[in-house]
Amino acid sequence: MDNATISSLSAELAARKLSSVELTGHFLSRIKALNAKYNCFVTLDEERSLAQARAADARRSAGSGQPLTGIPIAQKDIFCAAGWRTTCGSRMLSNFVSPYDAHVVAQLDAAGAVNLGKTNMDEFAMGSSSETSYYGPVRNPWDVHTVPGGSSGGSAAAVAARLAPGATGTDTGGSIRQPAAMTGICGLKPTYGVVSRYGMIAFASSLDQAGPMARTAEDLALLMTTMAGYDARDSTSLERERENYARELGKPLAGLRIGLPKEFIAEGASADVVKAVEAAVAELGRLGCTTVEVSLPNMRLAVPVYYVLAPAEASSNLARYDGARYGYRAPEYADLADMYKKTRSQGFGAEVKRRILIGTYVLSHGYYDAYYIQAQRVRRLIARDFAEVFERCDVIMGPTSPTTAFRIGEKMGDPVQMYLNDIYTTPANLAGLPGLSIPCGFDAKGLPVGLQIIGNYFAEARMLNVAHQYQRATDWHTRTPPGVE
Amino acid sequence: MRSEGQIHYPFPITHYREAAMKWETVIGLEVHAQLSTRSKMFSGAATAFGAPPNTQACEVDIALPGVLPVANREAVAKAVRFGLAVGGKINRRSIFARKNYFYPDLPKGYQISQYEMPIVQGGAIGIFVDGREKIIRLTRAHLEEDAGKSLHEGFHDFTGIDLNRAGTPLLEIVSEPEMSGAQEAVAYARALHALVRWIEICDGNMQEGSFRCDANVSVRPAGSDKLGTRCEIKNLNSFRFLERAIEFEARRQIGILEDGGVIEQETRLYDAARDETRSMRTKEDAHDYRYFPDPDLLPLEVSESWIGEIRSNLPELPQARQRRYQDEYGLSGYDAGLLTQSRELSEFYEALVRRLAGFYKLGASWVLNEFMASLNRAGLEIHQAPVSSERLAGLLKLIADNTISGRAAKEVFDAMWNEGMDADSIVEYRGLKQISDSGELERICEEVIAANARQAEDYRSGKEKAFNSLVGQVMKATRGKANPQQVNEILKRKLSG
Amino acid sequence: MALSLDDVRRIAHLARIGIDEAEAQAALAQLNDVFGLIAEMQAVDTGGVEPMSHALDVVQRLREDAVTETDQHALFQSIAPHVENGLYLVPKVIE
Repeated sequence: MDNATISSLSAELAARKLSSVELTGHFLSRIKALNAKYNCFVTLDEERSLAQARAADARRSAGSGQPLTGIPIAQKDIFCAAGWRTTCGSRMLSNFVSPYDAHVVAQLDAAGAVNLGKTNMDEFAMGSSSETSYYGPVRNPWDVHTVPGGSSGGSAAAVAARLAPGATGTDTGGSIRQPAAMTGICGLKPTYGVVSRYGMIAFASSLDQAGPMARTAEDLALLMTTMAGYDARDSTSLERERENYARELGKPLAGLRIGLPKEFIAEGASADVVKAVEAAVAELGRLGCTTVEVSLPNMRLAVPVYYVLAPAEASSNLARYDGARYGYRAPEYADLADMYKKTRSQGFGAEVKRRILIGTYVLSHGYYDAYYIQAQRVRRLIARDFAEVFERCDVIMGPTSPTTAFRIGEKMGDPVQMYLNDIYTTPANLAGLPGLSIPCGFDAKGLPVGLQIIGNYFAEARMLNVAHQYQRATDWHTRTPPGVE
Repeated sequence: MRSEGQIHYPFPITHYREAAMKWETVIGLEVHAQLSTRSKMFSGAATAFGAPPNTQACEVDIALPGVLPVANREAVAKAVRFGLAVGGKINRRSIFARKNYFYPDLPKGYQISQYEMPIVQGGAIGIFVDGREKIIRLTRAHLEEDAGKSLHEGFHDFTGIDLNRAGTPLLEIVSEPEMSGAQEAVAYARALHALVRWIEICDGNMQEGSFRCDANVSVRPAGSDKLGTRCEIKNLNSFRFLERAIEFEARRQIGILEDGGVIEQETRLYDAARDETRSMRTKEDAHDYRYFPDPDLLPLEVSESWIGEIRSNLPELPQARQRRYQDEYGLSGYDAGLLTQSRELSEFYEALVRRLAGFYKLGASWVLNEFMASLNRAGLEIHQAPVSSERLAGLLKLIADNTISGRAAKEVFDAMWNEGMDADSIVEYRGLKQISDSGELERICEEVIAANARQAEDYRSGKEKAFNSLVGQVMKATRGKANPQQVNEILKRKLSG
Repeated sequence: MALSLDDVRRIAHLARIGIDEAEAQAALAQLNDVFGLIAEMQAVDTGGVEPMSHALDVVQRLREDAVTETDQHALFQSIAPHVENGLYLVPKVIE
């Protein structure tokens, strides 16, 4: 059961060889046994999960099951779920029980999926290591002294440790792909606007995008088909036909043109990472793909641009946490101004406060043009680079992260070093393009390496096809962390 | 409230009058008009006034984590409607921006507004002051959302927050600083108030806060073309307060300048109870709203065809109607202006003259005089008037066809107003019908001539005055019911015979 | 261009984040490191390039003017720090 994929579990549920109550109960007991080790989950609600499982079983019995009916899915704690405590990794929302469902949660619920629990994450998704959580750092199942990446580190570690067959994540600057890479699983950040942001707690609105995390590309396609879709409550949600993201999985890859940006290797990737990525590209060559060297000349600017735009939007998005209507309020204060300052000073952690300060500064009078507007202009240059590259290739490939998982605490004192970790992932967010990370090998220490596939707008099905064909030819995605059977 | 005679002058009034001659007050107004939509600007919550606290504040309005705004099409249409009505430029593409500041009635910590690219730019409104028309140009009009309400009374050491109003669509209408003096500012505010009601984008209810004014007031040496430092006065929720606040503020600023002082740019609050403005003690430079385009809202596009559709649904506008009253109905500019000051009044007049099929001047005169006077005396709105346009038309028809005299008509009108009957019935039971039976009048005239032989002789010998006396006698004999023209005619014929 | 300690205090106040002297000092050093990283972007010639606010070049979708929300204040206020008579209470606002 632990190593079974969502698609195989779905088949067993459909064949009535397995009930959702059994399946959900199994994962819940694994979580109870192992969560102390990995700190993946911040909130469990067995009763609710099992009630959903029973409902799913009834639905299967009634013959109205869908592929995800009865499948337990771990929810990143950034998604509001009615009746569930939803903390976003923050003390600020430590007592916030959401009165409503995020669109993604409602979609999965409507498909009959079971909410297995809420996963740990960097506070308000601000981090690349899942260490900034108020609920303590998440540990990487491949080596518990290392980070699982972030911000969706709880979801990634849960899937890697076989505490859940699949999970949701969000990606603002790499928060799905980078933890997927560091924990040896798969993660997809869709095209901006394809998955509704309604009920997904905002970090940087123009960059945030939700997506699935699982162990195979096929499972990502299954989850994505349910998660994606137009939502009238999100103005940036695109009105498009519903897609079956599994529709191209079986397509042969012959003739696929892979663009290899020279900057992806030049900008400081470790030798082990480069080696694994090159081997993956070679494997795809054997499957009939061709390669072409391309250039994204402005890519090196993505991190500086990202660290202007994302904090700017965040500084405004996080202004609602003022202790007036919900969430944390400081226990003692002299007056209103003091209540605001103490509530926000105590309720937010160091990284969140740092980014709020950066964002406030770049939007403030006299600095707006030099920082914010300039960053938006460079953002366009980065997006144009991609547009030119996609004239010459179908997908772009490179490493997801310059290094494999680093040690817990290693970069916490040095924000700049932490931020530079996002160098390969932020460009796709800035351009709004879909990005995928799949496991493609290990470094000398036995830690997983991720291959990043970036596609053109709305090319998710094609990208999943590439990943699926690669996974049919390789077995990196089936490897289990030490101690996990 | 202080009466006119008790105005609290900041320095001696004689000094002020001399000083005032040397200074010119310049005013620009920012008006917040609540757009009369069913639901809010960015959420599906109701906008009805007076609901119990927070019962119309949905998850978007209270800014729960994760919620998102979706703009109301009707609010956009109403903003476009306004832009077209004032002849402004409708920006095909406008941008919603966030204005960031902390305040308990602002749940998101920012207000969604429009900053660099508003939906309407330019346009103008005509006002009448002392019988002269003046054009006030508009800078812009932009869409934004209202804040909630803070209730300071009733809780010891606490302020209560009601977010029912939070998110209500507002059109902020900004004028150029082109009004000199409180009188012009009030005339502008009234004209704008009438217009937003005329085009049915705002109910104009000032008590409920549907139409609120902030005034930017500055003074400068008379004849100077450079603007002085301005102060923004908030909380002006009636035309009277607007006038008083500007007058006070102008005096305050002139006083400071006369004493060699400097005006500090600041936000001031008008305190109606004390009839004064006072500093809100917030330095302008302490505000840094950090405006930036709202990443949750894509550019707002208004298509040419949508603009065309809105244009074709616009009612005839007050200025066009005023021109038509002058050109086609032959009304004076003054009367035409008065009749088009409110949509309700103008519609009343339209209905009246439609029924009369003409008699435009007669209709205008009655509407602007007897009807308005009675309305004002009774403190009623037009739709509450006991005399409908249909009944007033019934009365005016009787005047037009000489059934009753003008004098009797006034009596009939009062009776209609007080007794709620139609003109025909009143004329009937009060016996006010003019005698138009010429046989009977001929007889009465003959009797009067016979009984007043000396006056008749005087008239024949050229004493015109004597004629009036004879007419008076006839009127007396008919108890005022004779048609004076007819009497004149008969008497002249008989006296010359 | 480096931030000053006054800048840090000013933006902390704008963001309503309480910050003591030691925290301000620590934040100053870290923010200056971050702005050192950001400086690279500032040097780029972006003449004639339109700022990009959104990932996709699409326009805003509008909703019809209909009341779709019902009164849920009891639910919403069940998680509020301080309410009375249906109102959210905060320390007295002085104007």
